[in-house]
Amino acid sequence: MAKEYEMVIGLEVHVELATKTKIFCGCKTTFGMKPNTLTCPVCSGMPGSLPVLNKKVLEYAIMVGLATNCDITRYSKFDRKNYFYPDNPQNYQISQLYEPICRNGFVNIKSDAGEKKIGIHEIHMEEDAGKLVHDSWGETSFVDYNRSGVPLIEIVSEPDMRSADDVINYLEKLRLIIQYLGVSDCKLNEGSMRADVNVSVMEKGSKTFGTRTEMKNLNSFKAIRRAIENERERQIDLIESGEEIVQETRKWDDEKGKSYPMRSKEDAKDYRYFPEPDLMPIVIDDEWLDKLKEKEPEFKDEKVKRYISEFKLPEYDADIITEDKKMADFFEEAISLGGEPKKISNYLLGEVKRLLNENNTEFDKINLNPLNLVKLIKIQEEGKINSTIAKEVFEKMYYEDVEPLEYIKEHSLMMESNEDELKDIVQKVIDENEKSVEDYRNGKEKALGFLVGQTMKVTKGKANPGMINKLLKELLSDGK
Amino acid sequence: MKKIDDETLDYVEILAKLDLSEDERIKAKDDMEKMLAFIEKMNELDTKDVVPLSHVTDINNVFREDEEVSSFEAETILSNAPKNENNMYEVPCTILSE
Repeated sequence: MAKEYEMVIGLEVHVELATKTKIFCGCKTTFGMKPNTLTCPVCSGMPGSLPVLNKKVLEYAIMVGLATNCDITRYSKFDRKNYFYPDNPQNYQISQLYEPICRNGFVNIKSDAGEKKIGIHEIHMEEDAGKLVHDSWGETSFVDYNRSGVPLIEIVSEPDMRSADDVINYLEKLRLIIQYLGVSDCKLNEGSMRADVNVSVMEKGSKTFGTRTEMKNLNSFKAIRRAIENERERQIDLIESGEEIVQETRKWDDEKGKSYPMRSKEDAKDYRYFPEPDLMPIVIDDEWLDKLKEKEPEFKDEKVKRYISEFKLPEYDADIITEDKKMADFFEEAISLGGEPKKISNYLLGEVKRLLNENNTEFDKINLNPLNLVKLIKIQEEGKINSTIAKEVFEKMYYEDVEPLEYIKEHSLMMESNEDELKDIVQKVIDENEKSVEDYRNGKEKALGFLVGQTMKVTKGKANPGMINKLLKELLSDGK
Repeated sequence: MKKIDDETLDYVEILAKLDLSEDERIKAKDDMEKMLAFIEKMNELDTKDVVPLSHVTDINNVFREDEEVSSFEAETILSNAPKNENNMYEVPCTILSE
């Protein structure tokens, strides 16, 4: 009988904090600038330069710790992690080894067996490294230090995950908590959230973990899932053919669907950590913690409950809207501007989601204005436009942020509800479509739909559909 | 007194990115052995109830606000690099090709 295996997975998640400036100097953290234009002696590692901790980095790290049930270290320090690599201009990274700012927390995730607790071993603060670009001919490498000194927190989980699903659920949970706190946008594809996945495999029921490997270069949830499944297979194959699993760091190639051992010219993994003498210890008192605790926002789970009870929203709607903090903010603003919750929700789950998917973009990248959406819904309710036109105007609002009423007036899109005028048009349509008229009279209900469509076409979509229906039925029965 | 063997010195050379001559190796070994002797001497003390000390002053909580300070001109920063190209530091290749 084939042996059954179980995976043991732990994660190291790096999150870039959304501060304006770097962790130890006043250079901006803006992404995508010209290389080496956001650097100074501190973040380019000049001897004699002096780092000073950005207070906001510390507060953000503590806020994440509080939201993930961690103990906050009351006397915390930084340490130097020594290694030579050109992306690290000081030849050491300032990080925290001995007294990380947060320890011993957990988050609850969904799993097949109900709610599951994933332990958080620690959260520490550190600086990001610069960016290395490799010459494809392998002669030289190039370094950009704009990212050097961008603040990171590293969230180290306990090895509590047992499947790719667990990993995705855990990451989603972290992403939501951190986004709601507003301390990072947590985008895997842009590198503001990066996950290194430690995987080992053991026989089901075993008490001893197998040898683990660390997987890097995972830029999407899909890549994470594939890399984990692939690593599971690779390790099982090795075990079954009696080979050893090497403890190593591997790089995932999502295009090839394979991982490779990462080899570097710097092989010695001996970081010789020691306390960072340039940065003073951090002492946190109760008062400060209470103040930070007060800043805690309403998180997703609480919002879902409130949307259901306060706005009478179906759980399905509440769940989707709160998947994205920005969308939840939009929803609440629209309601405060007089929007009806379910109608706003219908737009968000319908048209907005459709356009986001179509353009492969995210809610925080669009200019949709909540006030305009509220106005559009009102205009439609008042019967001034029909649903076809509403959709058209909505797209304009989505892409170009137009004011709905002005746009409707400017393009004469008001619903045509003048019965006399419509009557003439409908009569004309009947005269021109003898075949359909005959079909309808012979009991083909579908033919009526065609005639409605034809009338809409003539009125360029502006006619009141209820009125067309009524007129068509009247005129068709008159002519019998 | 503890001795530094060649293997240990080789390892320290790699970590420190040093390439020592034979003479320098002899001197380095001698220095390192002396340092170890200091540590051994200190280890004679009973520090069971002493909290590890990382900073000698009582100063703590030194922060800056999250406010921008102008960065240096790229040219100025890059003038510290032996070589640069396209606004980037040029360094020896860091990865082995696959």
